Amino acid sequence: MRRAEFAIEWALFACALVSVGTTAGIILVLTVETLAFLREVPIAEFLFGTEWTPLFATPRFGVLPLVAGTVLVSAIAMLVALPMGLLSAVYLSEYAPPRLRRTVKPVLEILAGVPTVVYGYFALLFVTPLLQRVIPGLAGFNALGPGIVMGIMILPLVSSLSEDAMQAVPRGLREGSYALGASRMQTSLRVVVPAALSGITAACILAVSRAIGETMIVAIAAGQQPRLTWNPLVPIETMTAYIVQVSLGDTPQGTIEYRTIFAVGMLLFLGTFLLNLASAWLRERFREVYG
Amino acid sequence: MIKVRAERLNFYYGATRALQDISVAVQPNVVTAFIGPSGCGKSTFLRTLNRMNDIVPGTRVEGRVLIDDADIYAPGVDVVALRRRVGMVFQKSNPFPKSIFENVAYGLRINNMAGSRSELAGRVEESLRQAALWGEVKDRLHESALAISGGQQQRLCIARALAVRPEILLMDEPASALDPIATQRIEELIYDLKQAYTIVIVTHNMQQAARVSDYTAFFWLGRLVEYDRTDKIFTNPAEQLTEDYVTGRFG
Repeated sequence: MRRAEFAIEWALFACALVSVGTTAGIILVLTVETLAFLREVPIAEFLFGTEWTPLFATPRFGVLPLVAGTVLVSAIAMLVALPMGLLSAVYLSEYAPPRLRRTVKPVLEILAGVPTVVYGYFALLFVTPLLQRVIPGLAGFNALGPGIVMGIMILPLVSSLSEDAMQAVPRGLREGSYALGASRMQTSLRVVVPAALSGITAACILAVSRAIGETMIVAIAAGQQPRLTWNPLVPIETMTAYIVQVSLGDTPQGTIEYRTIFAVGMLLFLGTFLLNLASAWLRERFREVYG
Repeated sequence: MIKVRAERLNFYYGATRALQDISVAVQPNVVTAFIGPSGCGKSTFLRTLNRMNDIVPGTRVEGRVLIDDADIYAPGVDVVALRRRVGMVFQKSNPFPKSIFENVAYGLRINNMAGSRSELAGRVEESLRQAALWGEVKDRLHESALAISGGQQQRLCIARALAVRPEILLMDEPASALDPIATQRIEELIYDLKQAYTIVIVTHNMQQAARVSDYTAFFWLGRLVEYDRTDKIFTNPAEQLTEDYVTGRFG
């Protein structure tokens, strides 16, 4: 009995160790390869260069076009996901009858379970052609279509987490507001949302981090042309899409081209890691206020 | 003269009848206390007077509540306007996570009563003075309302309710979470406020009811057992049940 208990404990510990070990391994590989990359390319050129042509005969290693592509698509996604996500969260938390909330919330969360590759083809073969009817100059690959679709994909995340934050606001605050003659809208926007603000902000940051790391949609529908532009109508390339492009190609191991994906991956990792930290910190703070 | 009159009021949570045929007449500019054991319906009844139960799903009201002879449950009644006339202070102090100033200003802002900056500041100061809180917070108006003590928070909630100049003030066990000194300050405040307001207070504490109120209603199992002058309820009640309760034989 004792021995069985010990074996179980040890097995559970080993399981936990696997995920910790994997994370450590990823960080280690990223660091080693990034350092090797930076021995050949000065960090200033990498971070501030405006041309990204590592596969050309005269390679340039300025990551800014990829960063711009990522920021552009993410910004479009946020323009879709944040307002709609927050409004639907306000509706679900403050307006919807409880039974409707119990039905709608899981349905909304199913949207998050759709494979991203489906969203990618949805962007390429449905949304972009639709947009082309309205915007004549729109290229077949562009930032706009995938950005919008990515926003739709992230919307349930924003909505669900924000709704959780609003539900955690004590009912007493709402009653205090109603008792002063506030309408439902005033109570929602002037009391509940501000009281849930750190939770809502955390949800938004998490959404941004999700958008930055999203890969399939942009790899399929945004094109593979790294260019430094804020024009959402032309093909661009994001950091994630670049990594896919090189990983799937025939770039030999150990070359500088091969190492670029680790450098870009490191940048991506640091960005989303910091955003997740910020999100976790905000949620922690929120918990302290209404413990 | 009668300020608030309930006529054969029944109240249901789902299928459960929480109030049975309550009829009562509250006079203006006096303090009326509702007493009774937990779950007797006194808080539920209080919350029917500003239709606060409307926001609780699955509840239903039968009968009438008249304020200044107008039925507040009649179709077409503006609930927002009603709640501005009938202010409420809750058992658990519930300041908004905003500054002290903004807590008091909130009701004025949402009801478009804010006026100019100086008018607003004047109304906030006046309300805080009425709630006997001004001296303690006048130098920290823009600090968070969550940073002051529990007793101060409850007086802030009273100031917040007074800012929109209600006619009636409902208080749902306003001192039950406070220490004796903070409780005493609230009771003194209630005594001062009755000059200008009609006050209805729900309390668990019979000494408190005896100290602050002019009239007392005793509720038991969703019924109004007895309603009379406070001195009569506590010294010479008509009902045996009332006597048993106020002398501490049960409850």
